[in-house]
Amino acid sequence: MLGTAQYPSPAILGAAFRESAASVATVSVRREAAGAQAGEGFWRLIRDLGVHVLPNTAGCHSPSEAITTAKMARELFETDWIKLEVIGHSDSLQPDPFGLVEAAASLCRDGFKVFPYTTEDLVLADRLLDAGCEVLMPWGAPIGTGLGLVNPYGLRSLRAQYPDVPMVIDAGLGLPSQAAQAMEMGFDAVLLNTAVAKAGDPVAMAIAFAKAIEAGKLARNADPMDPRDMAAPSTPLIGKAFLQ
Amino acid sequence: MKISINGAAKDVTSINLAAVLAEAGYGDARVATAVNGHFVPVGQRASCPIEAGDQLEIVAPRQGG
Repeated sequence: MLGTAQYPSPAILGAAFRESAASVATVSVRREAAGAQAGEGFWRLIRDLGVHVLPNTAGCHSPSEAITTAKMARELFETDWIKLEVIGHSDSLQPDPFGLVEAAASLCRDGFKVFPYTTEDLVLADRLLDAGCEVLMPWGAPIGTGLGLVNPYGLRSLRAQYPDVPMVIDAGLGLPSQAAQAMEMGFDAVLLNTAVAKAGDPVAMAIAFAKAIEAGKLARNADPMDPRDMAAPSTPLIGKAFLQ
Repeated sequence: MKISINGAAKDVTSINLAAVLAEAGYGDARVATAVNGHFVPVGQRASCPIEAGDQLEIVAPRQGG
């Protein structure tokens, strides 16, 4: 999954998408000036990408605001998918867990397929699944920080607790190695935006992330060895010269 | 009458949402609408009354993460 914001140009956005192998594009809705027609131009660009569209409720701080935004997005983008963001803290952009569950329940009842931007909190995950969400999107780190997976223990616990729930690491990734780590941990996908769009060469970074994601997925499927504290020689001792 | 469109004050004479959109210059733009915080689908704009003091939000597709 790849976001569509902050690219140097529409052409670079398109090229980054093609190289990323992403199958989902996140988009948003914003105020339109009379006569501007900016929305139509952007919509044509996104349609030409040939990918699924996942609108978001970015910047919403209350359930009612998020619900209305989701309904407007459904009409504009002609999809029931919604990446639900209900922000609870302005500095960290941490989700408001209470507002998130309230909005998710309402939107699920209204027929939306809700992709909630959440934390690694197990109780919150439980509430979101009870509300009708079929996918979870835990953060790796606060949006736009590029810090990677700051709470790997919490994310591993979440993955282990709900092994059959599709999960996407949403937000906070900055490097391909972090995406590989997420895939190695068993997450199903990652959602990127700033890490690609704000790279010096967004297209090259899209390629790097695509390779890392593929590597992480292959590694996960290859059943990695269990780590251990004690050293164990990989070269057999039998036949070693000077062995007493 | 005075209403608010996307946070800016606006004088309009139309009394339903579809007519206000036309009067304000949105024509056939690809937009979605909300009145006083409530979504109004395209098909209900003509029957959605607009009164003085109403707050309209008019949005369009944009980049997002």
